[in-house]
Amino acid sequence: MTKDEIKNVIIKQILEIAPDITADEIAADANIQRSLEIDSFDFLKILTALNEELEVEVPESDYSEVATLEKMADYFLKRL
Amino acid sequence: MPSLGADMESAILMEWLVKEGDSVKKNQVVAEVETSKGVIEIEVFEDGIVDKLLVEPETECKVGMPLALIRSEGENVVKEEPKTESISEPREETSKVESAEKEPIVHEQKIVQEERVKISPAARKRAEELGVDLNKLTPKDGVIQLNQVEDASSSAVKAPLHVEKKEEVKSSPKDGMRQAIAAAMSRSNAEIPHYYLSTSINMTPSLAYLEELNKQRSIKDRILPVAMLIRAVVLSLVEVPELNGFWQENEHQISKEIHPGIAIALRKGGLITPALLDAQDMSLNDTMNSISDLITRTRSGKLRGSEMTKQTITITNLGDLGVESVYGVIYPPQLAVVGLGAIMDKPWAEGDALSVRKVLQATLAGDHRATDGRTGALFLDRLNKFLQNPEGLL
Repeated sequence: MTKDEIKNVIIKQILEIAPDITADEIAADANIQRSLEIDSFDFLKILTALNEELEVEVPESDYSEVATLEKMADYFLKRL
Repeated sequence: MPSLGADMESAILMEWLVKEGDSVKKNQVVAEVETSKGVIEIEVFEDGIVDKLLVEPETECKVGMPLALIRSEGENVVKEEPKTESISEPREETSKVESAEKEPIVHEQKIVQEERVKISPAARKRAEELGVDLNKLTPKDGVIQLNQVEDASSSAVKAPLHVEKKEEVKSSPKDGMRQAIAAAMSRSNAEIPHYYLSTSINMTPSLAYLEELNKQRSIKDRILPVAMLIRAVVLSLVEVPELNGFWQENEHQISKEIHPGIAIALRKGGLITPALLDAQDMSLNDTMNSISDLITRTRSGKLRGSEMTKQTITITNLGDLGVESVYGVIYPPQLAVVGLGAIMDKPWAEGDALSVRKVLQATLAGDHRATDGRTGALFLDRLNKFLQNPEGLL
């Protein structure tokens, strides 16, 4: 899977969990939780859904490495 | 139509989920209604059999209006014609779908009474044209006449305006929510003498405990700090129950059940605080799962009537947005708001050692008519104790 494909998977899951967000609101370098007002529950749901789809589990200690769309795509790319 | 919030005037019955002749159990969802706060599921308050659905789907119903007749099992079918005996009698035989609040019952009786009063057909027609409320007229010799309606119409100018206002609310539900929040918060600030307390809580022990717990769990079973905080608030309320309940009719009423309203902001504006029902009976895992479910249903507009009305206290957590301290406005008739800020790295002195700790500002806004600062201080002290000994929160 390429990085762009991973990004698309992430965007798809964000939109699924937070249907009131539109794809163009998701900036690559913005903090996902702060910029989109994703609370900790929704963020966990996004990570759970990504875990099911990509089979990569993000431990809590790595949360700083998945804070933005760009970082998250890199994180998954390294572990796929 | 139960009142689903202090400021609700009416709602649209969208769909019946039961039909005439069905038997229903207490707390069963029987209908969906649309309010300014989204689609809400209406529950029935007693076991019985649906005798008659009184309202067609997509009808706007005022709070207190009977929606259906429900009779107890084994009871004879109630005659359709209203009886001529005393008003209270049909209520004993057939309980309506109604809220536990007192107000709607009063409305309901008025409506029942109206059915029994004779109204001349011409008077009824004219009343509709002029927007006169027939409930407000006193019948002459048991009958409401045309001239009475016309006399009343001059003083009933307000009625058509009222309808207009409601239609506005209907067309833009978001504005309706804003108006409801505005009314409740204005009332709160005008009526409730608030006192505010704040305390710093060292969250390092709790977070370390949670981290160890989550390491042994798969991602879908993880517990979030917020769930642990809410669990700690609930356990503290068990020990300091004076903050859990209502101030009604100049009386302090303590609730045994703890139904904290969890403030959930909607991304496109607005705020809903649905109740986490019977939180006192939940383990940490239950608390986590129930909040997660509550948030999902709040965002998708699928809450139950009881979740909209039973809150005994409010918990506001603005930590996700980086806010340090929350000074809440009490939602009447509740007694307090617990505010939870962001967990931040802070210098922390213990004895003569200085270190960096994860620190949370917990605040309490209390109704000074019902409790004093001492009660609030006791509550914050218990909260701190529970969070220093997180194994007790399981």
